[in-house]
Amino acid sequence: MSATYAQDFKENSGRMSQDLTHRAVIKKALNAYELKRDENRSKYLDWQEARQAAAEIKWEAINHLDRYLLEMTEKLEARGTKVFWAANAEEARNYVIQLSQEKKVKSIIKSKTMTSEEIHLNSALEKLGYDVIESDLGEYIVQLNDEPPYHLVFPAMHLTRTQIQAIFKNKLGSNTSDQPEELTMVARDIMRQKYLTADMGISGANFGVAETGMISITENEGNARLTTSFPKIHVALMGIEKVLPKLGDLALFLPLLATAGGGQQITCYNTMIGGPRQKEEVDGPEEFHLVLIDNRRTELLSDTEQRDALHCIRCAACLNVCPIFKSSGGHSYGTTYQGPIGSVITPHLRGLQDWKHLSSASSLCASCTDVCPVKIDIHHHLLHNRRNAVSQSPVWWEKILFIGFSAVTAFPSLFQASLKVARFFQPLHGFIKGSILDPARAWTQTRDLPEIPAKSFRQQWKQRS
Amino acid sequence: MEATVMNDSKDLILRRIREALKTPAPVPGGHDYSHAETTPSRPKPELDNFRQWLPKVENDFNSQWSLVTKSFNALKTDFGLLDSPTQLIDFVQELQRSENWKRIAFHRGALVTPVVDSLQTEKIEIKSGYDCQDLEKCEVGITECDAIIAQTGSILITSRSAGGRGLSALPPHHLILARPSQMVSDLPAAYELLYQRYGKDYPSMISFITGPSRTGDIERIVVLGAHGPKKLTVALLKD
Repeated sequence: MSATYAQDFKENSGRMSQDLTHRAVIKKALNAYELKRDENRSKYLDWQEARQAAAEIKWEAINHLDRYLLEMTEKLEARGTKVFWAANAEEARNYVIQLSQEKKVKSIIKSKTMTSEEIHLNSALEKLGYDVIESDLGEYIVQLNDEPPYHLVFPAMHLTRTQIQAIFKNKLGSNTSDQPEELTMVARDIMRQKYLTADMGISGANFGVAETGMISITENEGNARLTTSFPKIHVALMGIEKVLPKLGDLALFLPLLATAGGGQQITCYNTMIGGPRQKEEVDGPEEFHLVLIDNRRTELLSDTEQRDALHCIRCAACLNVCPIFKSSGGHSYGTTYQGPIGSVITPHLRGLQDWKHLSSASSLCASCTDVCPVKIDIHHHLLHNRRNAVSQSPVWWEKILFIGFSAVTAFPSLFQASLKVARFFQPLHGFIKGSILDPARAWTQTRDLPEIPAKSFRQQWKQRS
Repeated sequence: MEATVMNDSKDLILRRIREALKTPAPVPGGHDYSHAETTPSRPKPELDNFRQWLPKVENDFNSQWSLVTKSFNALKTDFGLLDSPTQLIDFVQELQRSENWKRIAFHRGALVTPVVDSLQTEKIEIKSGYDCQDLEKCEVGITECDAIIAQTGSILITSRSAGGRGLSALPPHHLILARPSQMVSDLPAAYELLYQRYGKDYPSMISFITGPSRTGDIERIVVLGAHGPKKLTVALLKD
């Protein structure tokens, strides 16, 4: 199994990194993002201290997670919310399915939620005949195109307007130009009646608030507001790590998420929802269900070294600066959460041996750690995963290799001798370089080893003095 | 329905969490956590202190006003600062003429009611039991708000102050009537206001609206009017 995931990744990332059109599309999109991000980041009186404060707040929440979750859910339940605690993906899916069956739901409208991708909710609902539609424009485009989101925040960033025009033409029969305005209006027109007629709206939650019992949703399009306004039933999916202690904490986290995630000072809509429609209110869902999802997050919680990976607010800032993401592309990962943070947490969520290869696909440049708004030590966690993978299941030939290497380097004379041997054999290596006979072909296929000089530095030094 | 409620895994999850938290994790603050205890004490990460790190906002009205108009312009929020109730009515009637409103939806309030009374159109008052299909046919939704945030150019609304959830989200134009005195400096101030105004009983929906609905999902090019209002107008009546 592990060989398959790793092989897929190797093949796909190899192919994608040679796709220059793809790289140009991604580069253009991310350059624009970087400019906006830097502009808005520079407005902060102290960005670094803001990050530090956010990290400390998340630390407080995660390290007292039981207390804050209880506080949040008690407050929510007091105002008529039904809270469901799901230990794994299956429980979460089954709850939504059973609820849909009980309430005789036919059509479901969704606003963006990566947690639903994580538990594969759409395919489960569609298999049972439910009409499920993604309302976020990017999500809608990739849904029509039958592919998973390419990126945590920009799901369709890999597609050009011409490709999107073709998707709309094939799937919707629409006859528009390739102008982004026109394409956006196609989706807008289709979606408007859906908001009003869907029986159930499913959303995610960017934050939970313990103090007041609320969820907070960050978006730009207004689709989450509409999804949570008109359908009779609102279901929100939330990972257990999303809770913040205080309502006022959002005064820091909302702008931080917007700046790190989209290069904005604040996104267009930041909406806090604290229950279904209340007595004196004129509209809103009759029922509000919050599905709290563990799905192995508690396993990550028990790893004290990497516990701070649960601080993640899914802003995707680390994807946007990652050289591996930029050249391999989001789909190559084969995971729900792409990029550096995905490489850190996927081994915890889906198994270390199956997904350890992602932690090796890194240049350890640490750009991810640099930009993380909650200061997760991402690149060190990639190293931790590598170490853990090897100590859990050592590779015998690597072990022998390293025993040999340490023996050679421990004795200068042995090292000198082996250099001489290597210098003699190096020209012969040219005959098998990169071929099936070459034991180091994974490396040498695309790289040249510099020629070993006739005299080493030490020898030259000795001669000079 | 009650008979088939699924058992959830609350106890199991809480048990797993408590088990995991038996071992403490190092507090954040760099790679070498051992020094965290001895680093110079910094302000606590609390609402009162966020202001030291977030984008700066001056204390006086004039600089806040110039900041908020800058944000309005940058994010394509239209606005007008009106001297008298008559001017406010003229402002809205001019909007009606230029956009040819045939049907409007509104939520009653001290500012909204006189303005709406002056308009000659079909009017739908948003109150309990309204039909959402009627709202869908309206060209504009007129509401009041809780606050205007100078720092970000955001408008704070709640389901109580702005006629529920749908009125400010569904019509293609959202018109907000407000007073300049409703301006607060920044997001921390807006949250303080929420605590004070609603601390005992929060509305089920609170939202910060910053500009008309937008998307950048196609080639990261900004398009206004993705799903929510294509236009956002703030009309401020001087106190």
